[in-house]
Amino acid sequence: MADKPTTVKITIDGQELEVPPGTLVIRAAEQLGTIVPRFCDHRLLAPLGACRQCLVEVAGQRKPLTACTTTVTDGMEVKTQVTSEVARAGQEGNLELLLINHPLDCPMCDKGGECPLQDQTLAHGPGETRFVETKRHYQKPIKISETVLLDRERCVLCARCTRFSSEIAGDPFIELFERGALEQVAIYEDEPYESHYSGNVVQICPVGALTSPSYRFQARPFDLSSADGVCNHCAAGCNLRIDARRGMVTRQLARDNDDVNEAWNCDRGRYGFAYAQSPNRVLIPHLSEDGKLRTASWSEALRRAADGIRAAKGKGVGVLVGGHLTDQDAYALQKLARVALGTNNVDARSWSEDEEGAAAAASVAGRGPEDGMPTYRDLEAARAVVVVDLDPHEESPILWLRLRKAAMRRGVPVVAVGSRPGRLAEFATVVATRPGGQAEALGRLGRGDGDAGKLLTEGDGEVIVLAGWRGGATGGLAAAARLAAALGGRFAWVPRRAGDRGALDAGARPGLLPGGRPVGDAAARGELAEAWGAELPDGPGLDGPAMVAAAAAGELGVLVLAGVDLHRDHGPRELAAQALERAFVIAVDHEVNDTTSQADVLLPGVVHAETEGTFTDWEGRVQATHRAVPVGGAAQEIWDLAAQLAARLGTDLGFAGPGLAAAELERFRKRPPGAAAVPEPAPPAVPEPAPPAVPEPAPPVHGAPTGRVAAGEDGGESLSTPPSSGAGEPENDGLELVTYPLLLDAASMLARAADLNRETPGAFVELHPDDAGRLGLADGASAEVDFGEERTARLPVRVAPTVAPGCAFVPANQPDLALGALLGPSPALRVKVTAVEEAAA
Amino acid sequence: MTEQVKVLTSRWGDNRAHEIDRYGELDGYASLDAAFGKAPEDLVQLVKDAGLRGRGGAGFPTGMKWGFLAKGTGKPTYLVVNADESEPGTFKDMELLERDPHALVEGVIVSSYAIGCRNAFIYLRGECGWPGRRLQGAIDAAYDKGLLGRDIKGSGFDLDVVLHRGAGAYICGEETALLSSLEGQRGQPKLRPPFPAVEGLYRAPTTVNNVETVATVPWIIRKGVDWFRSMGSEKSPGPKLFSVSGDVVNPGNFEFPLGVPAREVIMGAAGGMRDGKELKAWTPGGSSTPMLTADHLDTPMDFEGIQGAGSLLGTAAVMVFSEDVCMVRACLNFTEFYAHESCGKCTPCREGTDWMRKILGRLESGQGQPDDMDTLKDICDSIFGRSFCALGDGATSPIVSALKFFRDEFDEHVSGGGCPFPGARVTVGAH
Ligand SMILES: Cc1cc2nc3c(=O)[nH]c(=O)nc-3n(C[C@H](O)[C@H](O)[C@H](O)COP(=O)(O)O)c2cc1C
Ligand code: SF4
Ligand code: SF4
Ligand code: FES
Repeated sequence: MADKPTTVKITIDGQELEVPPGTLVIRAAEQLGTIVPRFCDHRLLAPLGACRQCLVEVAGQRKPLTACTTTVTDGMEVKTQVTSEVARAGQEGNLELLLINHPLDCPMCDKGGECPLQDQTLAHGPGETRFVETKRHYQKPIKISETVLLDRERCVLCARCTRFSSEIAGDPFIELFERGALEQVAIYEDEPYESHYSGNVVQICPVGALTSPSYRFQARPFDLSSADGVCNHCAAGCNLRIDARRGMVTRQLARDNDDVNEAWNCDRGRYGFAYAQSPNRVLIPHLSEDGKLRTASWSEALRRAADGIRAAKGKGVGVLVGGHLTDQDAYALQKLARVALGTNNVDARSWSEDEEGAAAAASVAGRGPEDGMPTYRDLEAARAVVVVDLDPHEESPILWLRLRKAAMRRGVPVVAVGSRPGRLAEFATVVATRPGGQAEALGRLGRGDGDAGKLLTEGDGEVIVLAGWRGGATGGLAAAARLAAALGGRFAWVPRRAGDRGALDAGARPGLLPGGRPVGDAAARGELAEAWGAELPDGPGLDGPAMVAAAAAGELGVLVLAGVDLHRDHGPRELAAQALERAFVIAVDHEVNDTTSQADVLLPGVVHAETEGTFTDWEGRVQATHRAVPVGGAAQEIWDLAAQLAARLGTDLGFAGPGLAAAELERFRKRPPGAAAVPEPAPPAVPEPAPPAVPEPAPPVHGAPTGRVAAGEDGGESLSTPPSSGAGEPENDGLELVTYPLLLDAASMLARAADLNRETPGAFVELHPDDAGRLGLADGASAEVDFGEERTARLPVRVAPTVAPGCAFVPANQPDLALGALLGPSPALRVKVTAVEEAAA
Repeated sequence: MTEQVKVLTSRWGDNRAHEIDRYGELDGYASLDAAFGKAPEDLVQLVKDAGLRGRGGAGFPTGMKWGFLAKGTGKPTYLVVNADESEPGTFKDMELLERDPHALVEGVIVSSYAIGCRNAFIYLRGECGWPGRRLQGAIDAAYDKGLLGRDIKGSGFDLDVVLHRGAGAYICGEETALLSSLEGQRGQPKLRPPFPAVEGLYRAPTTVNNVETVATVPWIIRKGVDWFRSMGSEKSPGPKLFSVSGDVVNPGNFEFPLGVPAREVIMGAAGGMRDGKELKAWTPGGSSTPMLTADHLDTPMDFEGIQGAGSLLGTAAVMVFSEDVCMVRACLNFTEFYAHESCGKCTPCREGTDWMRKILGRLESGQGQPDDMDTLKDICDSIFGRSFCALGDGATSPIVSALKFFRDEFDEHVSGGGCPFPGARVTVGAH
């Protein structure tokens, strides 16, 4: 059989071109720069042919055809509106019909100025209407959800929104109802439209029918200034367009990048920007005086910081790097630690990792797609994808979308291993494990056991293993890397926060220098010492939790907190409070919170829209984010602050001007070719029985994360002392706690994101149906969760098969229960869940 | 004179034909043995050779359609019988199901055998309770007699038949909308390709055939190609049911060979005009086919003949309008139907039918404007050949043809400030 032709020749408006067979005429015309008008067509949605706006003339056809549904054939002659009277008249006629019932409230419509309907009407619409009848009227607007309003009068019924929901996001709650002229977009009466991706429907609505409450009536598109950004909320790496007006971000849109987020982003990334205007925003340096913060000049604040460091340095310094900083910030902070402070006590982790897990994460440091890291696109072409200890729908939503596409459209088998795969279960084969059981389960998969094992070991192509950050403490991360190696596949580490991967690359780890160079490797140390013109410390540093424990024990004199809320990220609160109390604390942050209000020096840092820098996504892809608004108040870039602080200590970090930190990071981000992949030496882990190497005596609250926290001390939390019954049922021997933050939580970066906060679920406990049945708990019931040591919470019960049997899931950081602050970042404990008798009315 | 024929109507005079025993006495199910004695592909060839064309409106050659069914897909092949009969003026399928339901069951069995279908579906218009009960009774009886189910008559052929009632939408007669509706989806037409023959019901190869089409197949199997071709014309052979309604003395279904002149159907079989009125207009194939006039009465009623006269044979539903009928009101009546039945998917049909309904309403109530007729024509131009499916095209037929033949009447509605037919009534249309 002859090979299929790889291209076909067609002419459009007399111009010849060659395109792959199967190309839609509307796409082919775009290649010539001819935009055939369209409403329902969207390049990432299946062709529909509903709006009929894209009529073109095709030689040999009696009727005009819709360019968005017609695929090219060899020799096809197409005439668009540019050369065809038929096409032009057809489009004009259709436009007239689209306008007859349109309210023409352009002057007060958000879309005015960037509306395809308005643009086309202006270009070749009828100047006057012939429609003298009464227009359709609907109540305007109606609420589709907290984030989406619908104005049905403006809707052109293109079904982009409903197709996005069903084809891309798989959230079926928005649909077309009724028929004929009464056809309309609607939601089920008693089922709210809930989607992490709802903002995308607002963005792709070709008219102003769908709007978001936060942007409604805020601006005209032509008053906006835009910058290309990269999202700072998670490690998915979504490209953004940040739109600002009068120095304030008014909205964020997903920016097309087919390698990464295609054309989508999640609601957290889209709407989570208003925290810059939070009343808690810090815009001026502050100093602690008589136990209170007072404002100060930059020079005074920096002087105090330097003095404090000099005074307490003898007891040791630790630098904690936040998870949402740019790569350059992390690079500057680790250089500050190593060059100016002479310590390897620098870490961007708030969680503990075992030695092997740390080594697995370290194995990806400095590596990106160009070095063979698996990419989003690779997922679609894989033989199979294994997802370990990760709930991408909550933790990396755009990764979830791509996995869904790989599974549903390309038929790629997805295997989810862990205690709570969440909505992966909709298309993945789930291997449910209790915390700590992942390594064994992955081992079995690698041997080809069971249906899931066969998916991985049989057939052609490559297996990609994605492991989440939570596996660092459960053995899942290391086992995932081993599985990838055993199958000859590829491994990637999927951290939660946008800055996590860049911080790893930049060397914000006690055992790693930039580019994954081991601190223990003398040659690597020498290379950087020469470049930096300084001696580098060679002793092992403390990891994040160890630094906090040491500070709480009075064993660390100074803590530099850059975008780190100790109370939330390094609980339990008692421990955090002690660390803040005992150490000299320099906080670099954009807000006053429980942690920064306790700082000795508080230096205002920029927020996302005010920064220039790069973020590195889970693929290791480095993407630039640009400044969209002027820097607020007296805030400064964090890399710059690090350099200024170093200068006060008499050290020149070498990035006097913008771009220098970035240039230096790029020089060292990659490991030198041929360098051995030496695993990161194990940092001294805190909950381990062996005491940390540096602070000698074990700190008093060293038993954290199960440290002693008095129950009910936090007024704001729904915690209470359990009734001292002590009569636990014998069969209720406890469940293993699984906890991590959901996408929508009490994050400070969601402050003032009013629409989102209304969608944030409160705390709950989720149980597997088997356990729920055993414990006599139904969905919606109320239960008492006993975390031990007199810490309890009364929570609503959700029953779902997506949590592993034997486990109880409680989200980490909800407005009504800050579990992380209560228990610490990666608690391994058994909890007791008991039904609460509803008081009889 | 063309004689009426008795093929599909041959058992209609017997008021017990719906009972399976009686049906058997009337040669019922006789085609099964003949069919099972042949290879399925030979049956497909037989239907091709006979030249049977679909009776659902489009007249597509049935054997050719069966030949398009994708083979070797690893998926089942489905026969779906279109019993949605909703085209205004059309009532042939329903009478057939009432009087002779086993004729359809028999057709389903031999057609399924021919195309290799093991599960057939009948999609019945939701409002049609009585024919539905008759049909369900016939299906149940066929199961009891071993004519449906496993190993039918020892042939080794298995067939299950499911009767599904629609929810009352004209658009669900369009085959892709029908299949969506059958799957439990919203009843809106879908893009073709993929054609149902490749990806139809549950994305498996599917043929959608009209009730009358399927009921005709057993006759071809029993009586052969030559017999079938002895009726009708070269391109439009065989017998055909004509539903005649409106201002005639004797409305009803009549069976003629295709190609019968319209005059013999209207003036002959249907008894001519009621009360001695003049014939003003008639539709050859339901409201979706452009109206013709008395000048066209000698047109042969087959696919080619009617097309030659500028209309379409459609479902061969002949609606007859006398001189008393106001054409504006007739158009309004039809257009209300289309505006109500438009599925809403595409702009031209959704917006255009609604706009035309409003304009016609104004004309009829005396609010017309001189340029309304031009606007109507323009709207029809924007719909015809541009809408997603043929419903939109059909909606323009009454208006375009009425404007062509009766433009004066429209103008009078404007100049006279309203309808000049005080007693005008619209007698046609099942809706
Ligand atoms: C709006 C619309 C309504 C239709 N309604 C019917 C119907 O009620 N019955 C029918 O058999 N075909 C109907 N059709 C035609 C079907 O789409 C299809 O062509 C037919 O069922 C094929 O059967 P046949 O080949 O036996 O004619 C309709 C088509 C359109 C566009
Ligand atoms: S709301 Fe917008 S996207 Fe949805 S159908 Fe209407 S016009 Fe299209
Ligand atoms: S022409 Fe368009 S709106 Fe009308 S029924 Fe067909 S698809 Fe629906
Ligand atoms: S863009 Fe082609 S029909 Fe809508």
